[in-house]
Amino acid sequence: MPEARMAWNGAAFDGLAQVRELPVQGMISLRGDLASAPVQNAATEVTGAAMPGPRGVEGAGDSAIAWMSPDELLILLPHGTVQDALARMDAVLAGEHALALDMSDARAVFEVEGPAAREVLAKLCPVDLDPAVFGPGEMRRTRAAQIAVAFWQSGPHAFRLICFRSVAGYLFDLLKGAAHPAARVGVFDPSA
Amino acid sequence: MLILDCPCCGRAADETELEGGGEAHLTRFGPGASDDDFERYLFLRGNPKGVHFERWRHAYGCGKWFLAARCTTTLEVFGTYAAQTTAPPPEIVAAIKARRPNWEAPV
Amino acid sequence: MSTRLDHGGRLIDRDRPVTFRFNGKKMPGFAGDTVASALLANDRVMVGRSFKYHRPRGIVAAGPEEPNALLNMGRGPRFEPNQRATTTELFDGLEAESQNHWPSLEYDVGAINQLASRLLPAGFYYKTFIHPRPAWKHVFEPVIRNSAGLGKAPKDGDADRYEHFYWFTDILIVGGGIAGLQAALTAATSGLRVTLIEQTAHWGGRAPVDGAEIDGEWADEWVQGAVQALETMPNVTLRTRLMGAGVYDHGYVLGYERVSDHSPADDQPRHRLWKIRARQVITATGAIERPLSFPGNDLPGVMLASAVRDYAVNFAVSPGQRTVVVTNNDDAYLTALALVDVGQTVPAIVDARPAGGGELAQEVANHGVEVHLGAAIAGVTGRSRVEGVKITAQTGTGTDPTEIACDCVAMSGGWSPVVHLWSHCGGKLTWNAPLAMFQPDPERPPTGADGQGFVTAAGVAAGVPIERAGEGLSNFQTLRSATEAAQSVCVRLGRSVGDAAMPAVREVETAPLAPVWIMPDGADIRLREKMWLDFQNDVKVSDVQLAAQEGFESVEHTKRYTTLGMATDQGKLSNINGLAVLSKALDAEIPQVGTTTFRPPYTPISMAAIAGEARGKTFQPLRRTPMHDWHAANGAHWEPVGHWRRPYCYLHGSETPEQAVAREVRNTRANLGLLDASTLGKIVVKGPDACRFVDMLYTNKMSTLKPGRCRYGLMCSENGFLSDDGVVARIDAQTFLCHTTSGGADRIHAWMEDWLQCEWWDWQVYTANLTEQYAQIAVVGPNARKVLEKLGGSLDVSREALPFMGWAAGRLAGFDARAYRISFSGELSYEISVPAATGAEFWDLLIEAGEEFGAMPYGTEALHVMRAEKGFIMIGDETDGTVIPQDLGLDWAISKKKDDYLGKRAQERSHMTDPERWKLVGLETMDGSVLPDGAYAVGAGTNANGQRNMVGRVTSTYHSPTLDKGIAMGLVLHGSDRMGEVLEFPGTDGKTTRARIVDPVFYDPAGEKQNA
Repeated sequence: MPEARMAWNGAAFDGLAQVRELPVQGMISLRGDLASAPVQNAATEVTGAAMPGPRGVEGAGDSAIAWMSPDELLILLPHGTVQDALARMDAVLAGEHALALDMSDARAVFEVEGPAAREVLAKLCPVDLDPAVFGPGEMRRTRAAQIAVAFWQSGPHAFRLICFRSVAGYLFDLLKGAAHPAARVGVFDPSA
Repeated sequence: MLILDCPCCGRAADETELEGGGEAHLTRFGPGASDDDFERYLFLRGNPKGVHFERWRHAYGCGKWFLAARCTTTLEVFGTYAAQTTAPPPEIVAAIKARRPNWEAPV
Repeated sequence: MSTRLDHGGRLIDRDRPVTFRFNGKKMPGFAGDTVASALLANDRVMVGRSFKYHRPRGIVAAGPEEPNALLNMGRGPRFEPNQRATTTELFDGLEAESQNHWPSLEYDVGAINQLASRLLPAGFYYKTFIHPRPAWKHVFEPVIRNSAGLGKAPKDGDADRYEHFYWFTDILIVGGGIAGLQAALTAATSGLRVTLIEQTAHWGGRAPVDGAEIDGEWADEWVQGAVQALETMPNVTLRTRLMGAGVYDHGYVLGYERVSDHSPADDQPRHRLWKIRARQVITATGAIERPLSFPGNDLPGVMLASAVRDYAVNFAVSPGQRTVVVTNNDDAYLTALALVDVGQTVPAIVDARPAGGGELAQEVANHGVEVHLGAAIAGVTGRSRVEGVKITAQTGTGTDPTEIACDCVAMSGGWSPVVHLWSHCGGKLTWNAPLAMFQPDPERPPTGADGQGFVTAAGVAAGVPIERAGEGLSNFQTLRSATEAAQSVCVRLGRSVGDAAMPAVREVETAPLAPVWIMPDGADIRLREKMWLDFQNDVKVSDVQLAAQEGFESVEHTKRYTTLGMATDQGKLSNINGLAVLSKALDAEIPQVGTTTFRPPYTPISMAAIAGEARGKTFQPLRRTPMHDWHAANGAHWEPVGHWRRPYCYLHGSETPEQAVAREVRNTRANLGLLDASTLGKIVVKGPDACRFVDMLYTNKMSTLKPGRCRYGLMCSENGFLSDDGVVARIDAQTFLCHTTSGGADRIHAWMEDWLQCEWWDWQVYTANLTEQYAQIAVVGPNARKVLEKLGGSLDVSREALPFMGWAAGRLAGFDARAYRISFSGELSYEISVPAATGAEFWDLLIEAGEEFGAMPYGTEALHVMRAEKGFIMIGDETDGTVIPQDLGLDWAISKKKDDYLGKRAQERSHMTDPERWKLVGLETMDGSVLPDGAYAVGAGTNANGQRNMVGRVTSTYHSPTLDKGIAMGLVLHGSDRMGEVLEFPGTDGKTTRARIVDPVFYDPAGEKQNA
């Protein structure tokens, strides 16, 4: 089997926060009626995660379900398990009008970790990152400078961002600039 | 710099997350339509000073289209609503009337 | 003599001396100084020259309203012109130089303009440089351009970093004076998120300078206490050096943070642009003092009275040894007191009011200062700085003045609330006649998304309610206004506030201001020509009066005609005075004449801060395919395609791009070419109504396509024009994979979703943009099958198993792959897609395996040449948004049977069916040369303008390495009926190229190669 290469070679930067590209993440895009049992089952059975509500993300680590839009879920799985999961989902979805596709290679994933992670994101995204407003369990699709991204809180001071694979270098450079060690803003409560 | 509440995902979306799509509630005219109808569909647009219905796409968010009722002079937003409708729903009309009592829905 | 005092200086740190350079000369200063205070401490009163007459200019103000002290700062990659000395904090090693003079500040050739000032009145440029017409371009403009402009343009790239910051808050309070602090203290009790920003490095604003007493202590003490209290509150964010630059719709506010202007070596970003969303905004922006218009008021040494005491109290700098104070209100008496306090001499106070001032005036008199009531200044003596003033009666014409020696004049014409932020987003103003100022009209605030006001002015920035105007501007009024503003804003946000403590303030009894717009009142033209309104742009009282006389009645027109308020200070000092002069000249009331519009930013902000991260590597997203690094390492000559970078060709050794393209074409046709086609759009369309949907999207009947087969399709806009094209593969009964052009993937996907969401929302179809999931490689040429067969795997690429326009999935050398047998070159061709993360490895494998078959990569230009040889159209070349498929001879791809498809109705319009529409043909030059791109063919006769009639144009043109001659495609009148005719294409070089109309398919018309 050919190796799945990361889009930006696992680049990392240590500044205000630690920025690093994560290995290729298994991802399935599932479109369908999110209220239908087969669609919900297809998502929850392969991940073991609960069905998220609007704007939510459920699960942990490499296995999770994120709500992307009223008729779309993003299913996160360990990379090697995607084909198998797709086959299982196809069986659950038989007869249902739905679309499940492997999107693992279409995207790159970065983690931004550290007490200043919030302000690194707040330099790029028009999102209220106050800890009282944005916390774990929430999936945020937005823009980072000039590209589309989605992110969620993956740990106490950690966020994961996904973007299209072709712009991984651009996102890394953006994050690196925003995380410049001398560019601290210092407005979010670091204990949150 | 508008903020519009996307009725599809429930987020207050910054204008930079959105993409404008022009006037809402156009009726499509295809083959067989008269020249006048087709012209109206393809080219003629209202440019009202005041209440306006328009199409927006939450392009950097959930990707969905929605509609907004907005005042073009004050930028007051009377409401946003699903794109899957051919006319402003009653609650939007009521919200507009509450703020602009003399406003009449265009026929 | 302007000097540093031995004691005092609220903001300077005498233990931290610093050194800076002005015009190359080393000077001492202290940490905490501004460049302006340090210059004054070194007796540098004159710091520049004016724009039009090159008159000597001195520091007038102590804040952002400064019109004169604009300096070139820094050097090399940190050089920046037009920096305000009054708002630039001093640091060790700072370098500044004065602007707008030649050869030096002291001796300036341009100053000759002032001798001719009578010949350079308002509108001079418009009146003078009209005739003779050619002289504008060759004489006037070059000369004007040479002498115009302030400062030098930077030559080097900017060495600093800049960034943005998105910030959300319930209540944003702009201005950290006592009003802003009191508003924050009050609002914070609500528990809402409160953000307080201050443009300078210090809290407290004017009150500490003016010696205000709050809660029984000096305002400075109260300010420290308030800041400390706010710092402990978790719901409050405090920020200095952050200016509210602009207020925009829906609570959007731009904040301009000067992070490291004062410490340039510390590696922080220089500026940070805050993009703030506030539910409510409180503007506690204070007020700006107005100058008085008396003859000679532009001489260096004439300053705002408030600035003189700012320098004395904050920086221990006395701008003069003998300072005459001239005023129309009580406030300037504070300056006299401050100067007397630090041991300076105030030889006279010139008060235009016959009855003089209140409690402060009494206090000044107690110090033995001579006060002239009902008096005016009729002139200022001195050449490049003040040497004395002539005092006369305000009601007179300025004759028989008494002269008093002095080296500084402190003037006060009253105060104007800083209403800029209130006004930016539509807040309206009202005229407060007793205090002679425009102030926010609380009944007409800027409104937000809910139609309710979202900006509230507080403190001096709010002015004074008319019913309380008699109380004047006072500290009590300021704090009460701030408290009430914060309370009302919290209530508007649905929160109650506790009984915020309203501090006790020692009140001073004042006498009313007298509106005095020119001084003396009966001044003749000779004097009015010496009364400056706009110091930077050299607009005088006489200019505004002339404009009124010439019929410029609108304030907006007068502004543009005279350039009043159009300098970099945007009229912060001049607007109200100019307006008052205009209204008098028009014999109208000031509110009837109205004000000009306030626009953001409040003061200039750096372009780099606006750009933020969008420079250098992150100027724009650059999209890379999985094979990008290989291309870069193997001579790729790049071409931007949308945000993608694609190899145009690969340069070998010393090849030119033309030679490389020719090599790549020949090799592909003879052996094997490999093209990175990953950028092609790939969109999945699936669902029970997918057939119906693709039949609407494409002009042809796509639903009849069989699973396993591919078909070329065209998409049109509803206007009928060709918008995109590509090959569709039928995956299964309900699923299609639609390929789009490289630049078109996102657009076409959005277009599909638009129709599905907004028009046919009852159709059961889902789409997904798979473009980036797959790396795609075109394997092209006679050896294409051989190399794929060599790779081995379950994917059968034989002629029988995978015929032309078929597709199949399977494994190729262990890779999950799909092979589409489609050809854009006319050769035997497979497009292989593999998961993107394995794309680079698969490419390497193909290069290696293809070596024995003569494999070479080719770029986009070879692709273009080969498709043109084959007569295939290219979106963007043959189409330009006005071309319909019928123009391109693509009728075969347009279904006659379908009732409807997007664009069908439009194509039925008379203009679209007009036989006169130009049609696509091939063009072959008679001499084998290449036709110029975009060249037009001319026919018989001339048009209404006497130009030769156009009968066609070139849409694509190349040298064909295969045929070794120039080939082209073009749109030609009656083109398809004129095969063999020769057209003339005049070039821009005067030469005419002749070309014969031929069939556009130059290469393998029977299609034997692609079907092989």
